[in-house]
Amino acid sequence: MEIKINIGAISEPLQSEKLKTGDWGTEWAVVDKEKCTACRVCEQFCPDGCIEVKKFGDEEYAVVDYNYCKGCGVCASVCRFEAIKMELKELFKIEVC
Amino acid sequence: MLIEVRFHGRGGQGVVTAADFLAIVGFKEGYYTLSFPTFGAEKRGSPVASFLRISDEPIVVRDEVYYPDYVVVLDPSVFEVVNVTSGLKENGMLIANYPKGSEDLKTIVKNVEVATINATKIAMKILGRPITNTTMVGAFAGATKLFKLEKLKETAEEVFEGSLAEKNKLAIEEAYKYMKEVCRWK
Amino acid sequence: MKKVVRGFYSVAYAVKLCRPNVVCAYPITPQTEIVENLAEMYANGELENCRYITAESEFAAASILVGASAAGARTFTATCSQGLILMSEVLFNAAGMRLPIVVANPNRALSAPLSIWNDLQDSMVLRDAGIIQVYVESNQEAHDMIPQAYKIAEDKRVMLPFMVCLDGFKLTHAHEPVDLLEQSLVDEFLPPYRPEVYLTTKKPVAFGCYAPPNIYMEFRVAMQRAMERAQGVIEKVFREWAEFSRRDWGGHLEIVYPESRNFVIAMGSLVGLLRKVVGELRKEGLSIGLVKLRTFRPFPFEDLRRVLGNAEKIIVIDRSVSLGYEGNLSIELKSALYGLSPEIISMILCLGGRDISKENLEKILRNAVLGKEGSGFKGYIEFEEVVP
Repeated sequence: MEIKINIGAISEPLQSEKLKTGDWGTEWAVVDKEKCTACRVCEQFCPDGCIEVKKFGDEEYAVVDYNYCKGCGVCASVCRFEAIKMELKELFKIEVC
Repeated sequence: MLIEVRFHGRGGQGVVTAADFLAIVGFKEGYYTLSFPTFGAEKRGSPVASFLRISDEPIVVRDEVYYPDYVVVLDPSVFEVVNVTSGLKENGMLIANYPKGSEDLKTIVKNVEVATINATKIAMKILGRPITNTTMVGAFAGATKLFKLEKLKETAEEVFEGSLAEKNKLAIEEAYKYMKEVCRWK
Repeated sequence: MKKVVRGFYSVAYAVKLCRPNVVCAYPITPQTEIVENLAEMYANGELENCRYITAESEFAAASILVGASAAGARTFTATCSQGLILMSEVLFNAAGMRLPIVVANPNRALSAPLSIWNDLQDSMVLRDAGIIQVYVESNQEAHDMIPQAYKIAEDKRVMLPFMVCLDGFKLTHAHEPVDLLEQSLVDEFLPPYRPEVYLTTKKPVAFGCYAPPNIYMEFRVAMQRAMERAQGVIEKVFREWAEFSRRDWGGHLEIVYPESRNFVIAMGSLVGLLRKVVGELRKEGLSIGLVKLRTFRPFPFEDLRRVLGNAEKIIVIDRSVSLGYEGNLSIELKSALYGLSPEIISMILCLGGRDISKENLEKILRNAVLGKEGSGFKGYIEFEEVVP
């Protein structure tokens, strides 16, 4: 097997984008569109920059990028309008055992 | 006798603590033990592994466990990213936190004996957090019958403090009893 | 009392038993928990007559200890990798000022590329500093080494800094049973530090003064002589410890199967795996023994000549490399065995935390003994270096 390495351990931008971290958490953030005021506080606090307020016609609300959300819950705890809830992922809900 | 165990999970779930915990329990049961972690990125959530050796003679080797007798998985989502059963011995066993059950798991990992438990549910119910290490410690002991429940509880009292010790003892006991029932035919 | 503890704790607890007066460090993985444990003991009032000082860098930490040690304090710090080389300017000074500072160095690779994992490159940088370097195999040996380190470093014939090198992660993060020493035993073994000269207002002195060409060289000769005397002192203290604690770790070397025709030599925690591997190879009928090198500075060249002089083949396991030449231990060993005839095969492996399995190690050693494997890097993937 032969691999390629960059001289000087040089890294190019956006390498971390390739590493989808959305499967890391046990919970994920779910936004209630009705309660969201698009105040953008969650945007400021998300340590991974994966919640963003977007416009959909007349509506404007926060959208979570589940490819990268690690389920830390920071957005839910800073939201003053209780518009973000942390919910257990389906994987952990199913019960057969 | 040398028993080698590999633990898989994600940073923050207590993968390292699980191995360390069992190293203490093993020592209490009169064995020589050695546990140590590997780290990828030092981040909560990233896949991590840790290792445990249990032996009746002093342990001098410190290489990673390539051919485990048991594999313990603390998080059901790591199956997609890590080949957890790599090198698992033919008569070995996979003990997993896997809510969908052993039949479903057998479709993913083939030719391996599996025992499953919904450790996340137990941890959420008793500890209020999805940290599954002590639950899986109980499951491991119940499935392998290597250690006595009293020794696990005794260790929990040393490792944790106050109400956390009580809660973890409950989680260990529930998982231990459940797994002992599941694996009674083994 | 035997207890399952992490490597950090076995070192920190031993330091506590040695009754240090000043502990000062700056955090760096995989060292941090050693001083974290000491800081906790300090905060709980368990360290009598001791100050724990937090520093803004490793350079500062070492500088503070130079001052403290010169004032007559028993001192301790722990660091590794980038931290150790940042400290290096001060540590060369500490050696020149003949200050018996004890440094625990959980070995870690050097940048770049950034690696927090284990190899022996960092302490090799300090090879020429005039610092005693001892490598340990297990956490029990690390625990036992701390009191011996103080006794050797503070011996009036020596008076040099002492580095206890233990493998980062492999030892520091390992949980294993360690027989923790009793305070009374350490107190009996290690007398309080009473230097003959120290900084005091009653008799003002300055350490590490300026030395023009007409006198500089004499100081370096004096340090070399101190290192030479240290050889004997180390042996004596090791023996004394074996009687004291009933745990005999050997002298500068530990030799397993001395009657062998071929030998493998290594330092640190990898020796444990080599014990098993050598045992297996002997079952196959190969004549192979194992030499564990404990003292790296002063280098025990006479012992090595005696033990390895008549060997046919010596396989050197190096976990560091002098880029542009070869593995560091091989360089040392070749010079020590100059004029003698063993073939020396230099194997560089496990850099930056790369693990080696028992099976692979067995394979390369078997091949080396049979003449099918030569010197060089082992266990890497062939690559092409490209410009992005």
